[in-house]
Amino acid sequence: MKLATSLAALAVAGLGTAALAQDDPVELRMMWYSDGIEGEVMQDLLDRFEEQNPDIDVVLDNVAYQVIQEQLPIQLASGQGPDIARVTNLKEQAQHWLDLREHVEDPAYWDENFGNRFDWMREDGSDAIPGFLTQLTMVGGFANRTLFEQAGVEIPGDDATWDEWVEASDQVAQDQGLVAAFAVDRSGHRISGPNVSYGGDYIGEDGMPAEIDDGTMEYVTKLVNWTKEGKQLPEIWVSAAGTTYRSGADDFINAQIPFLYSGSWQVANLSTKIGDAFDWVAIGSPCGDVGCSGLAGGAALVGIKYTDHPEEVARVMDYLASEEVVREFSERTLFLPAHQGVVEAGGLDFQSEDPNVPPALERFVQASNETLPAADALPAWKWANAYYGALVTRISQAMAGEITLEEARELMNRDIADVVQNASQ
Amino acid sequence: MAAIPRTLGAIVTAPLTWIARAIDPPLRWWQRLTGLNGMAAVFLLPNLAIFGVFVLFPLVLNVVYSMTAGTNILLGDRSFVGLDQYQRLLTCEDYTQAITCREDMFWTAAGNTFFFVVLQVSMMILVSTITALILNRNIRGRGFFRAVFFFPVLLSPVVVGLIWRWILQRQGLLNLIMVNLGMEPEVWLNDRAYAFTATIGVSVWAHMGFYTLILLAGLQAIPKDLYEAAEMDGTPPARVFWRITLPLLGPNLAVVLVLALIRGVQIFDEVYVLTGGGPGTSTLYLTQYIYEVGFASILRNPGLAAAASILMGLVLVVLTLVQLGLSRRNEQRGSRQ
Repeated sequence: MKLATSLAALAVAGLGTAALAQDDPVELRMMWYSDGIEGEVMQDLLDRFEEQNPDIDVVLDNVAYQVIQEQLPIQLASGQGPDIARVTNLKEQAQHWLDLREHVEDPAYWDENFGNRFDWMREDGSDAIPGFLTQLTMVGGFANRTLFEQAGVEIPGDDATWDEWVEASDQVAQDQGLVAAFAVDRSGHRISGPNVSYGGDYIGEDGMPAEIDDGTMEYVTKLVNWTKEGKQLPEIWVSAAGTTYRSGADDFINAQIPFLYSGSWQVANLSTKIGDAFDWVAIGSPCGDVGCSGLAGGAALVGIKYTDHPEEVARVMDYLASEEVVREFSERTLFLPAHQGVVEAGGLDFQSEDPNVPPALERFVQASNETLPAADALPAWKWANAYYGALVTRISQAMAGEITLEEARELMNRDIADVVQNASQ
Repeated sequence: MAAIPRTLGAIVTAPLTWIARAIDPPLRWWQRLTGLNGMAAVFLLPNLAIFGVFVLFPLVLNVVYSMTAGTNILLGDRSFVGLDQYQRLLTCEDYTQAITCREDMFWTAAGNTFFFVVLQVSMMILVSTITALILNRNIRGRGFFRAVFFFPVLLSPVVVGLIWRWILQRQGLLNLIMVNLGMEPEVWLNDRAYAFTATIGVSVWAHMGFYTLILLAGLQAIPKDLYEAAEMDGTPPARVFWRITLPLLGPNLAVVLVLALIRGVQIFDEVYVLTGGGPGTSTLYLTQYIYEVGFASILRNPGLAAAASILMGLVLVVLTLVQLGLSRRNEQRGSRQ
């Protein structure tokens, strides 16, 4: 009798647990990194989504950018990872993104508003909807206007060359007793626009990586020489080995350098951290021999194909990709939107009281029209990262005086060939 | 019905007693079946299982990975290339010029690691021995100083790296002090020699407490009557050190030497945070090279990283064998005495 009673109690408890489990919301994990305040904005948007969709619980895992770059690829390669992630390495990991085409409510809406950049984040020849760009980024520079004014040096104009910018910044640095004239983020992506501006082209006729050309070497030589002369802040490029990413933003924010070459994603960061300490302006990209090109890019929110809940992932993505949410996200984060409808409608009310912000964003929009075709091709090119990695590693060695520029060129070609060979095995 | 335990000790041991009673019958049955040797196997099994799962299996897996190529992580998706990765790592036109090697970064890292280990271990032994000798004397605040020297050992390597980075960076504490003293500031971490020296100094600072403790234990084990006899004979202090202290501290010094060598070869975290391997590649050590190639770099190559780690592992095996040899020799010497 006792046994029967116990079994009955267990059965009732089991049924109760099962019933409760059915009512539990589906938990989705979103891996997210922040350059500025976008993590808070995203959390706010997700809270709103969860209110409207009580059957889905989205956990926002805020991680460092390095985690996205170094740990997420390992998780993905082993068939694991979050359900949704914010990534910048769009093309190379395209095989891991969930194709949302069968799951989203209106694929035509996605094609219409985000379709022009799907090739940046899907495998060649695919028609998948892998996600959407949360922001369109444009590589470009910033100048500390207050320092230029204090030094009595005129800020170079829109068509000023790299030489002119470095020369002017150097005058400011010397006059103001600063540690260096400028810094370019330690990233192959960042120097690719300038390389193209000097005639560089990474893509061979067969679509495979071309050998490092003279155009690329022209800018690389300048950058190495400026660093050796102490004009570029050595902490950024020289003080690290390998492909480690380092930004010069903190040094610009601390007014240690009058000129920073980074990108549009820094606008909110600069505005928040600089406040009214000094005035700054976005300057687009300085010119080379053949143009004044930056490099477009972006961070994308993608579904991960290893998720157990593709339908729920698609519902979250549908919400976040909706026009009003994209508009709000852009206005609050000060990011350039990549949504065709939002861009065409215009009239974005960027939420910042900082007078430096609106002209900076306008300048980046203008800069996005100045990119050269060789730069425009890179975001959707499979081997771009191989090039970027080789550039960073070997240029740093040349700057440190470990190898000559010719040796660097030879080693970069070898590194790129190694990546291609390894990937083909 | 089992008696209700009344004391705290009984409450704590009661569950263990119940477990022991529960497993007693099957163990007795096993002992009857297999004898005492079978019982040894039963007790070794949990440890062997843990060793097998967490050490042996990953080791074998690493060897297998080192013979594969490709960017995929899952073994099934990778292609077998035999010893190609080892060949790539070990191919050099001129072994004294890293740049002529097929995998120049590996040789740069190996060279840096070699010089780092030689200098760091020498410094470590010297500083630890001096510190242990001082702390072994009857000085005021001895307990406090022992704690002070041991404290860095308790810190996470990342914290160690960050602390010293804040001290040594351009606008760091050291330059602030120098400027206040009217001196010119230095960019310590951008200079190859300074940065290399800093990695040695910081790692000695971080780990010397541990080795000091081992040497202190050795010093305190030396019989006092030997020193009393030497004092009665009027032996000069330097001779006492060379003829009594140092020989009797030998076994502890040998342990410290080998442990410091092994840890030196494995150096990674504090240096990675402090210098990132720079300037250039002047503080790029083997473990960072393996980490970069295997995980961090955009030019990721897990097979090559696995092969490099196997080569580094072989060096560590040799050092461990030396340690075992020295330990056995000391044991034999101890048993003869």
